[in-house]
Amino acid sequence: MDALHSIIFYILAAIVLASAAFTAFSSNLVHAAFSLLFTFFGLACLYIQLGADFVGVSQVVVYVGGILVLLLFGVMFTGSIAGGITRQTLQTKWSALVLVVLMAVMLPIVYVTPWGVMDAPQDKALTSNVELIGKLLLTDYLLPFEIASLLLLVALIGAVVIARGEPKVQDKVEDKNETAAV
Amino acid sequence: MAVTLEHYLVVSITLFSLGLFIVMTRRNGIRMLMGVELILNSANLNLIAFNRYLPGMDVSGNIFAVFVIILAAAEAAVALAIVLAIFQQFSTIQLDEISSMKH
Repeated sequence: MDALHSIIFYILAAIVLASAAFTAFSSNLVHAAFSLLFTFFGLACLYIQLGADFVGVSQVVVYVGGILVLLLFGVMFTGSIAGGITRQTLQTKWSALVLVVLMAVMLPIVYVTPWGVMDAPQDKALTSNVELIGKLLLTDYLLPFEIASLLLLVALIGAVVIARGEPKVQDKVEDKNETAAV
Repeated sequence: MAVTLEHYLVVSITLFSLGLFIVMTRRNGIRMLMGVELILNSANLNLIAFNRYLPGMDVSGNIFAVFVIILAAAEAAVALAIVLAIFQQFSTIQLDEISSMKH
């Protein structure tokens, strides 16, 4: 059971990291978006492996069904399929250096810190936690929940307003005429 | 060899580094958004792994992860709207070519 758990984890981690690396280094934007699909699916599986079924399903619905489609729409609308690799030579070296330093700092922290892990986390019953999340969202986390709904509304309207763009000058004149007529 | 909390944290750190690498090196607006999504996902993985392995939490980490997903959805919608508006104005989404405040 434990061995199976480990094997599944390593497979999922390999999928997630390989597809994320492909997203980072691919020069074709559509390929990058599609490899992001595997990253999101692998992460959803990792969440479910960690006993977070609701988050795993939300991940699939929101990321794969929503954000990824939005990204692909963005790629198609702007017609920038092969963009992005020309001007990156200047910063690649420095960025890689920064990342190596960052990882050299973070990886020891992970292993040095005494996390106070539970003795036998496997014993924690793996039941569905959807019901518990629902109850907590409407009791302890009610205020963040409502603020999140307000934020989504604002983001929705804001996205529509921004994406419509500034009307051209002639349109503005016509608008004025129309309002005057009204 | 059992999978421990550290395994998940290492995956998360690597994912974060890849996302940061994209954000730092790529000049394409949409590619940078992909990097931001990777960073948010690495944060989510951390939250859920801590929720699973540390004592004294029911599903608090899961709820925070849900909020992060909500924020990521809002962020992606607004950011793509901005990218489209930039494309309408400048006919490019290479972010280093967009340097004028007024077009």
